This record gives sequence, C-alpha cells and structure tokens, in this order.
Amino acid sequence: MSEIAEIISKNEDRIRAEWIRDMSKSVQRSDLMSKTELDEQSRALLSAIVQGVKMSGPTDVSASGWTAARELLQDISASRAWQGFSSVEVATFVLSLKQPLFASIRESLDKNQEKLLDTIWAATELLDRLALITTEAFLTAREELISRQQQELLELSTPVVKLWDGILALPIIGTLDSARTQVVMENLLQTVVATNSKYAIIDITGVPTVDTLVAQHLLKTITAARLMGAECIISGVRPQIAQTIVHLGINLEDVVTKAKLSDAFALALARSGRTVTRLASAPVNPISHLLAKREE
Amino acid sequence: MERIPVLRMGTLLLITIQVDMHDKLAMQLQDDVTQRISEWGSTGVLIDISSLEIVDSFIGRMLANIAAMSRVLGAETVVVGMQPAVAITLVELGMSLPGVRAALSVEAGMELLFGNAAATNSGSSDERTQA
Repeated sequence: MSEIAEIISKNEDRIRAEWIRDMSKSVQRSDLMSKTELDEQSRALLSAIVQGVKMSGPTDVSASGWTAARELLQDISASRAWQGFSSVEVATFVLSLKQPLFASIRESLDKNQEKLLDTIWAATELLDRLALITTEAFLTAREELISRQQQELLELSTPVVKLWDGILALPIIGTLDSARTQVVMENLLQTVVATNSKYAIIDITGVPTVDTLVAQHLLKTITAARLMGAECIISGVRPQIAQTIVHLGINLEDVVTKAKLSDAFALALARSGRTVTRLASAPVNPISHLLAKREE
Repeated sequence: MERIPVLRMGTLLLITIQVDMHDKLAMQLQDDVTQRISEWGSTGVLIDISSLEIVDSFIGRMLANIAAMSRVLGAETVVVGMQPAVAITLVELGMSLPGVRAALSVEAGMELLFGNAAATNSGSSDERTQA
C-alpha cells in the first residue's frame, strides 16, 4: 500500500497547490493566519504523511511511524484553537486534502480499476483518521483554554477592597459555589489579618439567587471571620432575595443584614466609633464649585 | 512535665499557645486555667493562638470548654489571633464555637475584656463591696 506515498511524493507540488486552492475557497481565514504560514503547514503535513505511510503503512495512524504527523497535527490544531478557528474550519484543513489526493491517485492508477478502488479507500480512511486526531486536539486545546479562563475568573472575581481603616468590603458577583466560597473565604480572611480589619461587609448585590446552599456558604464565611475576631455584615439584599430567604426558612438571625452597601458601611463606621458629617460650608453638589471655577 | 504557662496580668489571665497541642497538654491547660481563675479571681481569660497552625476537633472543643468553664467561674474568654486556615478548618469541622469571643489582635482582645470588666464593675459594684 505504499502507492499513496509514491503518488504523494511524485505529485507533491500539484497536490499542495490544489489543496491550498480548495482551502482558500472554503475555509481559509486570511484574517487569522498568513498564506505563508498555511503553505508551510501543508508542506510539513504532506511530508509527514509520506513518511508515515512509508514507515508504518496507511492504516494504523497510532503506529510509531506516524508520530511526526500526529504531533504536527496536534500542534496545528492547538494553535488554531487559540487563534479562534472553529472546529469545522480545523477539520476541513485535513479533509480538503481528499479531493486533490484522489485526483492524483486516479490519474496514476488509471489502468487498474481494482487497485484504484483499494488505494482510494485506504486514502479515505487515512485522512478521516487524521481529521479525527485534529478534532480531538482542537477540543483538548479548547478545554484547556476554558479551564484556564475559569481559574482566572475565579481569582479575578473576588476582590477584597478596603473602605476605611478597619473596614473591608467584599463584593461578590456571580453564583457562590463551593469552589468559589473557598477562594472568597481564604481571600477575605487573609485580608482581614493583613489589614487588621474588624468589620467586613459582604455585598451580595451581584449574586443572582440565594438558595440554601449559597446561604450556607455565606454563613460558613461569616463564622470563620467571627472566629478570627472580625464581624461580618451582609449588604445588597434585594427585595426578591429577602423574600426567598424567608420562604426557604434560612436562619440569618445572628447575621446583620442591610439592604444597601452604604447602610452597611454607615453601621460599620458607627460601630467603630466614627461618624460622617457634612461640612456646613461645603457645596451641596460636590462638583458644582469646580464647574463654577471652569465657567470663570 | 511540659505545660503551657498561664500568666497573670491584673485581673486577666494571659495564655499563649506556642506549641502543638496534644491531648494531655490540653487537659493540663484546662486544669490550670480553672485553678488560676478561682485562685486569683480573674475576670478575663485571653488565649493567644496566633502561632497555632494545626487544629482538630479536640482542640476546638477544648477552646469551647475553657470558655464555658471560665464563664461558670465568672470570667470572660477571648481567643486572639486565629489564623485564617485554622478558622476555615474549624468551620469545616462544624465547630462555630458559639460561646467563644474572638479578637484580631491581643490589643483588641484586651480592649474587649477591659470594656467588659468596666461594664460589669459599674453594674455590679454592690456585689463587689459585699464580697
């Protein structure tokens, strides 16, 4: 079955030219990669296929002779996954080789019908397997990308901000699951220690729903903070959430809850013996004096 | 025998746990604390656990027990400087130590205790003069 290798080596330039032309008709994304890059990739893949067929035959692509081709395809599809190609476009890269390859095979084996059929069948199987490898590598790369983004999201989405000396705020955005609670809790407690803050305001304005599980996670965080000597105030309880909490029978009796972050902040200030007053001489609108200055 | 020192500071008892607690040490500490409270008439117990890095349910229960015993003897307990990891572990173990008060630093803990002492002194000065 080494006809495939022979045919490819003999007609390499023509096959490659037709292949690239076919691709440019259907899926070539000149916005994502240059022509020279594509040229190089197709040249490398063709020679890897020739090498694979010569060494291990066309049927078993998991054999050692195909290592180079497999690695090359995995590299190509991984890099395309990062570049933003769709899975169809990545698979078509290999599959569009069929037509030019079949054309060359037909031309070379014109005399012998039986051999022609056999060879074409072998080539089809081979290319399908290679396409499967490509798709799998593409999916793996995508999954890696997604899990990395998830991790980044996890770390980014739980900032602890200092509102005042000894008062922290923790705005939670998105649903609280176990993994996030862990990150949130660790973040909060470490910041409590680092800044020596006695009050922590957990703002749940950005939490879409509060069910028993979320409430339990919140209570865990609050208990841990209390054990360290910090006091937690929950703020940003929306009307619907207040209703849900009561309907579900969640016990938040021991926790101070407020409707707005500002209320919670005012409470924390009051508990730490501070108060906010407006200076009598201050303008009502804080920027009005600036505007007045500009007009002058 | 190794034991955890219980220091006297005015009306307070000062306990700093700096070694890994094992069960015997914990029992010894309970004995010592109760002994000292009744002996010196302390009104506050301050336990600094800032260098405690490993806890189990036994240590958690010991802290709760010391707090409860002290309360029976008329002293308030404040646990000071608990590490984040320790707090998380205790919560995951299901121990929220409801009877134990906590403070971030020794300073804050003393403030808490002295504030209490002042309040109880002014509130129950009659009892004191009688005693």
